[in-house]
Order: sequence, then structure tokens, then C-alpha cells
Amino acid sequence: MNELDALFHGFAIALTWYNIGMMVIGIVLGIIIGVLPGLGGPNGVAILLPLTFTMPPTSAIIMLSCIYWGSLFAGAITSVLFNIPGETHSVATTFDGYPLAQQGRAGEALTASFTGSFFGALVAVLLITFLAPLVAKFALKFGPPEFFAVFLLTFCSFVGTGKDPFKSIISMMLGFGLAAIGMDIVSGELRMTFGWSELLRGIDFLVVVIGLFGLGEILFSMEDGLAFEGKSAKINTKVVLETWKKLPKYWLTLIRSAAIGCWMGITPGGATAASFMGYGIAKRFSPDGDKFGTGQLEGVIAPETAAHASGTAALLPMLALGIPGSATAAVLLGGLMIWGLQPGPLLFVEQKEFVWGLIASMYLSNIAGLIIVLSTVPLFAAILRIPFAIIAPVIIVVCAIGAYTVHGAMLDIWFMLLFGIAGYVLKKLDYPLAPLVLSLVLGDRAEVAFRQTMMGSKGGLGVFWSNWLVGTITTLALVMLFWPVLAFAWRKLRRSQNGAAGSTT
Amino acid sequence: MRLTMFKSFNKFCLRPLSGALLLCAIAAPALADWEPTKTVEIIVPAGAGGAADQMARTIQGIVVKHQLMKQPMMVINKSGSSGAEGIMDVKDAKGDPHKLMAAFSAIYTLPVAVNLPFNWRDLNPVAMIALDEFLLWVNAETPYKTPKEYLAAVKAAPPDTFKMGGTGSKREDQIITVALDKVAGTKFTYIPYKSGAEAATQLVGKHIESNVNNPSENIAQWRAGEVRALCVFSAQHMVYKDKITADQSWADIPTCKESGVDVEYQMLRGFFIPGGTTKEQVAYYVDLLKKVTATADWKEYISKQALKDVFLTGPEFVKFLEKDEAFNTKLMNEAGFAHKE
Amino acid sequence: MEQKQDGPSGGGLSHSTAEAIASVCIFAIGVVMIVSNYRIGAGWASDGPQSGYFPLRIGVILCLASLAVLFRSVFGKQRDRGIFVTWQKLRPVLLVLLPTAVFVLAIKFIGIYVASTLFIAAFMRVMDKSIWWKILLVSIGVNVLLFWMFEIQFKVPLPKGPLEALLGY
Repeated sequence: MNELDALFHGFAIALTWYNIGMMVIGIVLGIIIGVLPGLGGPNGVAILLPLTFTMPPTSAIIMLSCIYWGSLFAGAITSVLFNIPGETHSVATTFDGYPLAQQGRAGEALTASFTGSFFGALVAVLLITFLAPLVAKFALKFGPPEFFAVFLLTFCSFVGTGKDPFKSIISMMLGFGLAAIGMDIVSGELRMTFGWSELLRGIDFLVVVIGLFGLGEILFSMEDGLAFEGKSAKINTKVVLETWKKLPKYWLTLIRSAAIGCWMGITPGGATAASFMGYGIAKRFSPDGDKFGTGQLEGVIAPETAAHASGTAALLPMLALGIPGSATAAVLLGGLMIWGLQPGPLLFVEQKEFVWGLIASMYLSNIAGLIIVLSTVPLFAAILRIPFAIIAPVIIVVCAIGAYTVHGAMLDIWFMLLFGIAGYVLKKLDYPLAPLVLSLVLGDRAEVAFRQTMMGSKGGLGVFWSNWLVGTITTLALVMLFWPVLAFAWRKLRRSQNGAAGSTT
Repeated sequence: MRLTMFKSFNKFCLRPLSGALLLCAIAAPALADWEPTKTVEIIVPAGAGGAADQMARTIQGIVVKHQLMKQPMMVINKSGSSGAEGIMDVKDAKGDPHKLMAAFSAIYTLPVAVNLPFNWRDLNPVAMIALDEFLLWVNAETPYKTPKEYLAAVKAAPPDTFKMGGTGSKREDQIITVALDKVAGTKFTYIPYKSGAEAATQLVGKHIESNVNNPSENIAQWRAGEVRALCVFSAQHMVYKDKITADQSWADIPTCKESGVDVEYQMLRGFFIPGGTTKEQVAYYVDLLKKVTATADWKEYISKQALKDVFLTGPEFVKFLEKDEAFNTKLMNEAGFAHKE
Repeated sequence: MEQKQDGPSGGGLSHSTAEAIASVCIFAIGVVMIVSNYRIGAGWASDGPQSGYFPLRIGVILCLASLAVLFRSVFGKQRDRGIFVTWQKLRPVLLVLLPTAVFVLAIKFIGIYVASTLFIAAFMRVMDKSIWWKILLVSIGVNVLLFWMFEIQFKVPLPKGPLEALLGY
């Protein structure tokens, strides 16, 4: 019960008017940053970091972490409304969120996504509160082979669901290819930059996604004239309550995604990987799995819950070990040092007030965040009532700004345009885009982990079964990959047994 | 009131039109020195959260806190291709005095490793404000107490058994590893990671046997008693005498040379502005950095990060750069890291 | 399969031809990947795969898969001979795409704020025939908001042109 005492003490610290004010400011800023594609949690926090130098550290981290929560919540908004992921981790949310909006159910999709996010955050905070030191030790067990196995698991849980295998393969390979542009950190050599210094930065995931999904979608919907059809949603506050009534049905998805998210946050796999894995696994195991992609609430809940759980859990290794579990956590970690705190294993011992104040604030600010974002649902859903002729050019402008802000490079806007055209053509030709996005996000990280492993093992593949941890994950990944085959075999076996049993009696 | 008028006047005068600038210079002879007229960007050719980024953001914080500059300052990370993105960005911003690049040894090693069309002479050197040290670290649960013991164990084992972790490939950490191999006759397997923080965690998790991190990258683990510092790759002991662990301060760590391992490496932490800028512009930033490094906040920062307090500017800085470049290039060539066509 | 004789009215690109063109493009990308990565070494060295190892193989897979798609689109029995996109449908798409390209080009010269003000205004004028005050309100309002947010609040510099320079930014 030591933790409970400390937690209540933390609440006493966090619950001052000043800190609550910081919380609200942070969340609102976070929502704005989350809505704008290109500006994400890490740069949002980095931009505001210098403002906090004069604040007490606890208030400073409360405000900055609230920016992070706000952006985690808000990434879903543009994904659902316009098919443009505001954050990298909300790409998977577009798969079902946008179809829902097209059916006039944007309010439901947003409510479900926010509530799912909140649930994920809550599970992760509970984990941090009660199991931090224990779980933190677990994170240390992750070396290169374990990382590779986790990435493999993400791929395998997501892949293998496309209609046309050739096109799925092409899409995925294009993603890998884009990810490989720039410097290969393992050998320190440049790949596919063709002597062009503009390509040194690589092609950022967000630029591709803004083009493929955002601009591509606008072009596609232009074909049928000027209407985002069937989108004039009925908007009232009741939609929140109605959606909440439907949610308990998806308890299994919620818990599964929260668990995936916590896992991916602690072993720095990241919120983006978590959201894809959450979506992929829900699709595979849900009874409505076949209908995913056509506008299922479950398909919105699964990635959002996992992403927010992962984003929150990423603070655990940061607090307990000084390891950043995500890009945002890395910036916060830099902040700790600037405020004069020494992150690392001793933080829990030496800076009790700070740590527990932060943890307590995570409960409060996620509740505050949920209330704030839910109250914006009618507002955001109302955006869809604005005539297309007004909203379309604004979206295009925001896409251009988003592409530019990622690296501050003009060329990225051209790339966005190029990927917009590619997105339009590929969509018309029925190429699935999800595998491309997934391999673009995780491709180079998986490759780096694999090659680090090979350097250590001198090229032996046995290392992926060298201990129980990596062995379990690798095996799980292979099971996932061959799941359709296994399920088929199992059913066949059962049937033949039943048949045999039937014939004997 | 006067101040705001002065500011807007200043802003108006110093637009790029050189004719207008001349006019203003005549109109306001007291305004001989240059001052930024818009937001100054600190370009960090490394990721957010790393050592270079932290330093840039600390400086930004100090500038804001002590109001050392009228215009705002912001930090921009351009970490693509191990920082080549940021370096080329500053090179291409010829004549723009509103960009300040946080430099480290990548300015010499990158052009050699990947044939980048860049030389630090393309830029205008401002000042070096610190030197970063490198140490040899092992996991605290291993029995090695001195570098000799450790390197003997590495040598006794079959080649490539011991793994050394570090940041990136063909950069400072790997240079040191190769130099170590040469001096001690060992054969490490070098595993490149994305950041020093990752190399630190991997050492605690025993996925590698040692690393050569900067003090700031390993201090958290050191204080917690999870890693052990064997020696520092520097000619003298470090100066910070406050106890960090139960019984050791930075100053207590022996140099590698006195432990019989003659390897030295230190890394500059300095600032450049793009080429084609004027003397006055350089002078402004030298002055700014002088003011920054004079604050108590800065002193506290460098003692926490265990940086070596050095301030070099003007011809001395250039001389240092020339020497340091030759040193790095030689090491890169010896290690066989030079770009091959 | 029976021919779908909706006919290429006005001569549009057939679906299978578009498919073929796309797969040829993808094949070309694959070839570029193979060549560029072969140069930097694509073998399996003593310490694991070299830096070109995976990209080269990805290029090979791209080539093979695109050949399969190409083959299907040219010889496949179920190939879709329907029109890929009719001129009628392509027109509004181009009506968005071309101005967007002009907009992106203009950013370089007049800055993103002025360019997008003009872009939004032109779009509303052509597509919607909106009344002028509405056009002005939206196009200028949106950009003032964006300027306030990016330049003043978040201090994120976006490309600016002569107008902003005149205002001292």
C-alpha cells in the first residue's frame, strides 16, 4: 500500500490551481498540435520546453505531459473527419474511422476513439502506479533480437489480410524501399540518395501519409463532383451517451489493445507500431473481422486504445530507468535535465514528489482531457457541414503546411503532391495502402534490429530462439503469419474427427 | 517606448536590401554592430533529446531567461542521415546570419565517411564552448575494475566475443573502438545504436559488454551503480570533484593513458554560422555565447554534464579546428572508414 | 469473359491499360533499387547483411510482383476492360490537381500565406461561385489564423515571401 500513500501525496501536489491551470493549457495546446498534421507530440513539447525553464519542475512536466496527452487524443480527429492522420499513430484509425464519417457517424467514431484512448491511458497509468519498478526491469531484457522479434510480430499480426497478394506485396515493398532512403545507421553509408543532398533527410513517413491519404482522398472524392456524400451527421450531445452504450460490447478488444499498448510502450516499440498491432490483431480475432475497413467502431477503438496506452506506458521506462520509450519521452527526458533533475533509476528514490506528482497528474489530466475532447465532438463533427468548396482548399493548404513543417523543407510539399497523385492512382487500381504505411514506419527499424542481431551472432539465425523471451515472440509472430493456414488445418482436423466420431456411433 | 521604436527601426533598416542598409548605417552611426532582425534558428544536426540537442535547448533557455537577445531563438532538429541533413542545410543557407549550427565532430567525420560535399571552412566558425569527454564503461556486475583487466579479458577471449556499443557507424564511438583495438591488440565487435541513451540501456541490460559513452549519456546509470567507469580518454583527469556515486567523483576516474592504454579523444561542442556572413555578425554571436557561458546556469549545466569548460574563438578556434580535423581524418583513414567508390 | 461493351466513349484509358502502365512504373522503381543498391554492396558479409542486402532484394521482389500484375493485366482472362477514368470524372480531379500544383509552385515565390489566400479564394470562386465577402472572409481569415498560430504562437517558420518581409517577418 506504499504506492497508494505515495499516490495520494502526489494528488495533493498535483491538485493546486496553478497545476490544474497548466494541465488545461497543456491539453488544449496538445489538441491543437495533434490536429495539425506535421506538428506532433515530440516537436510540440520541444517547442514549448524553453517556456518551462522558469517554472517549478513538477508544474513544467505536468504541462508538457498534458501537451502529449492532448496530442494523443487529438490525432484521431482529422483521421476520422478527413482521412488525414494528424499524428503518426492515428494512421490505423483512418481505416475504419473515415468510412464511419462517410456514413454520417463521425460523432460516434470520435467518441469511441476518445473513450478508447482514455481507457488505454488508464490501464497504462495503473501499471505505472503499481508495477513500475518490476516492469521496468523487463524493459532491460530487450536487446536487438528481441526488438526484431517484436517488429516481426507487428508485421505478422497485420499482414496477410489483403485481397490481392501481388498488390499487397508491391505496396509493402514500396514502403520498405521508401524507408531505406537516407543513411543506413548500421554501416554509416548512404542509400538511394543519388548524390542529392535533399534526400539526405530521407522521405518522412508523415509526408507520404499526408499525400497518400489526405490529398489522394480529396482527388478521389472530386471524381463524383463536389460532395463528401452522406456526411452531414446529426450532431447532438446524445451521440456520446449512445456510443458509450455500445462500447461495453467491445470489452475484449479494449483490454487486448490496452495490453498491446502497454507492452509496446515499455519495450520501446512506439505508439505507431502499437496502433497497427492493435488493429491487426483485433481484425484477426474479432467476429466482425471481415467487416473491418468498412466502418466498424471496433476498428477505431482497437488502434486508438493501443496508441494511447503505449504513449502513456512509454513514460514508465523514462521515469524508472531514464530510457525514453518514445520520441516525446526523449524530449521530456532532456527537459528533466534542464530543470535540474537527474533522470535514471534513482529518480523514484530522490525525487518522490516530482514522480508521484506527475503520476497523479496523469490520472487527472486524462480525465480532464477526455472531458475536453468529448465536448469538442459536436464542434468537430460540425466542420463536416461546411460546404466542400470551402473545406477542400483549406484541407489542401493544411496538408501543404503539414508536409512542410515535418522538416522545414519545400521539397516535401512537392513530394506530398506526388504521393497525392500516387495515392489517387493506386486507390483506383485497388492497391492496399496500409501495408505500405506499416513497412514505411517500421521497415528501417526492423532492418537495423536485424542487422545488429546478426553482428552479435555472427550471422546465425538461431539467436531468435536463444532465450525464452525472444523465442516466444518469434514463435508467436510465425503463428500469426500462418494463422489462416493453422486455423484452416485445425477446423479440418476437428471436422474429420467429428466425422470419424459420427461414423463410429 | 523608445525601445520599441528603436527595435522597429532596426528591423526596418536591416532588411536584406544592401542599399537601405548602407543608408541606415549612415543615418544611425551608433548602430555599428549587427543584431539579429528576426528569429534565430539553432540548427541541431542530431535528434531531439540527445546531447547536442540538450545543449542547444539549454542555451536557448538561458538566452530567454536572462533576456540576452531581443529576437526569439528556437531550436530545430535536422537529424537526417546522422546529421548530414542539418550540416548541408546550414551550408546551403549562405549569407543567412539567422542560423546557428550546433557542431560536433560529425563536421569532420561525415564528409570522410559518406563523401559529403562539405568542409567546415564552408561555414563561419563562431566559438567552441566546451569539450565533451569519452569514457570506457562496463556493466557494474562484471569483475573488471581497471581498463587493463578488461582489455586483457577481451584479448584472452576468441576474437569478436566482446561487443562494444556506440552511437552510429563510422563516427566518434567507433573511431575510439578501433583505436582501442589497435593499441591493446583486442578485437571488439562494434554494434551501432541510434543514440548514446540506447547504448547505455543496452549496457545495463548486458546486451553489450562495454560502451564509450559521453559522461552525460551514462551518468544516470553510473549513479545508480549499474555501470562502472574504467577510464577517461583524455590527457588529464576531469575537474569535477563532487561525489557522483557513493565513492567516486568524475575527477577520481583515471585517464586511459595512465592506465596503460594510450588512447585520447575529445569532441568539440561549438557553434558555426553559414558562410558569407560578416565579421560583425560573427562578433555578435561570439558576444552572445560569452554572455551565455558566463551565467551560473551554464556553469551548473556543464558541471552536471561533466563537460570540459573551454571557450575558444577567432584564430585560436580556427587553429583548433584545423588540428582537430587532421586528427579525425587520420583516425578515419587508419580505421578504413573513408568512403570508397 | 464476355466483352463489356460500354465502349470507350470519347476514348478513355482502359482499366487494364492503366494497370499495365502502373506496373511498368513499379518495375522501373524496382530496377533503380537493384542497381543503386548493388553498387554499395548487397552481399552477406561476415558480420551479417551489408547495407544494400535488403533493399536489393526488395527491388527484386518489386520487379517480380509487378511483372505478375503486368502479365495479368495484359493476358489475364478477368482483366477489366472498363474505362479507368472517364474524361467527365477526370475533369474535376484535374480541376483540383492543377491549381494545387500551381499553388505549390507559388509558395516558393510569394510565401505560403499569400499563395494559400489566393488558392482558397480562387477555389471558392470557381467551384462554388461563392459571394465575394464570403470568399474574402474565409481566405484571409484562415490565413491570418494560420499565421498567428505558426509564426507567432508556435514560432514555426513557414515559407514567406515579399509581403511578410514588408511587414517585418
